[in-house]
Amino acid sequence: MTPERLRSALRGVPDPGWLDDALRAVTADPSTIMRFFPAAGRRCGWAVLAEALGWTADEAARALLLTALPGDHAGHAEALYRQGDAAEKRAVLKALPLLPIGAAGVPLLHDAIRTNDTRLVAAALGPYARHLDPAAWRQAVLKCVFTGVPLAVVADLDDRADSELAAMLAALAAERDAAGRTMPADATDLLDRLGAGRAAGTARSTPTEA
Amino acid sequence: MRIFDPHIHMTSRTTDDYQRMAAAGVRAVVEPAFWLGQPRTNVGSFADYFDSLIGWEPFRAGQFGVRHHATIALNPKEANDPRCRPVLDVLPRYLEKDAVVAVGEIGYDSMTPEEDSAFAGQLALAVAHDLPALVHTPHRDKARGVERSLAVVAESGIDPGRVVLDHLNEVTVKLVRDTGCWLGFSIYPDTKMSPPRMVEILRAYGTERMLVNSAADWGRSDPLLTRATGEAMLLAGFTEDDVDRVLWRNPVEFYGQSGRLNLTHAETEAPATFEGNSILRGGS
Repeated sequence: MTPERLRSALRGVPDPGWLDDALRAVTADPSTIMRFFPAAGRRCGWAVLAEALGWTADEAARALLLTALPGDHAGHAEALYRQGDAAEKRAVLKALPLLPIGAAGVPLLHDAIRTNDTRLVAAALGPYARHLDPAAWRQAVLKCVFTGVPLAVVADLDDRADSELAAMLAALAAERDAAGRTMPADATDLLDRLGAGRAAGTARSTPTEA
Repeated sequence: MRIFDPHIHMTSRTTDDYQRMAAAGVRAVVEPAFWLGQPRTNVGSFADYFDSLIGWEPFRAGQFGVRHHATIALNPKEANDPRCRPVLDVLPRYLEKDAVVAVGEIGYDSMTPEEDSAFAGQLALAVAHDLPALVHTPHRDKARGVERSLAVVAESGIDPGRVVLDHLNEVTVKLVRDTGCWLGFSIYPDTKMSPPRMVEILRAYGTERMLVNSAADWGRSDPLLTRATGEAMLLAGFTEDDVDRVLWRNPVEFYGQSGRLNLTHAETEAPATFEGNSILRGGS
């Protein structure tokens, strides 16, 4: 995703003039973003954007407000996340890969993944999750399976999924199986792709490895 | 029966309550910020609480198709604690949030000078942020507390149609009926107000500007007493339209004045429709 595509996808929002003015104001005076950011949903709506798959209008508008800042993107992203409601937090998480901040936003991912709010966990596993270390990333993917978040939200899933993740998933599958419960189909499919279906489940069943 | 509980402290309730409420017809709630039983000692404690009201609680409610909104304020009781007063400085940022539909609970607990200034200051915040106000009326010395609250409301310049005085009873309803303010009644198992008493009040004063809530919290209370009141109304000869007005359309009209009430789908569909819905879509 790019800011240009989000901008284009937002052409039909209820109040496009508001967004134009807000973006100009934020570029001229960064402190104004604290006022515009919470209002973005009421001004631009919450509609799913046909031209920006996986984005809603409020998320796209908020991401654009962040990209319009002349500097200190990391500081503003953190402040807006810390002071945001769930929708604002989600927008910050989704905007992170569009901002020139390197890995500075990783603490926000950790915060989101610690929650049990599946909207936040899902938003933390987009393209910016490439900055997560493998252990944290695997735990987050496992949490998705555990809490019913579709694995389709996880960026670079097949590229990053490794034998350790396969072992963790197989262990969960074994626990579920023992309890007479099932795994989500997307998790079973991933295990199959990793070539670690039943065999890994059995191998992982010894408690010393847990 | 579709039910909007305009005052309930879900933070103090279990997830099982959400399930039972949804099954009973509760499709929307407003959770006012109030005190937690245990006194708070610093601003951060309030900020975490407010964040929960606009973060975790709406998520929990959404799992059962219940729309959750909040009112935010420094409550009257803790307005007396100098360690809590700086909460007033962080309120403006919360009053800009999508899910915040009023300033509240404000008003009086013991009618101290500290409560006077917090009450008046927060009514001014309601005007500045274009929000309605939810006024808690005191449990002790209630009638005088209601009179004094009405005076403060009148002095503030806020439109009385954007103010609700809550926890009213047979005595205090008379004081508020002709002021233009809305009237809130908290149906409790055996204290503030009961379903049969509520029915009598509705008979005497009509259904206009009447709000019925459970005010369920960490005390002895019951989140299903809104439903019980609707059933008592029907048994007493009120029509289904009367019940819908009191339990749904009135709270929608009152909090709708914020311009922020988001009841997409909740107005027409049964809660069960929501269970298959993805809560990952964002927005709320």
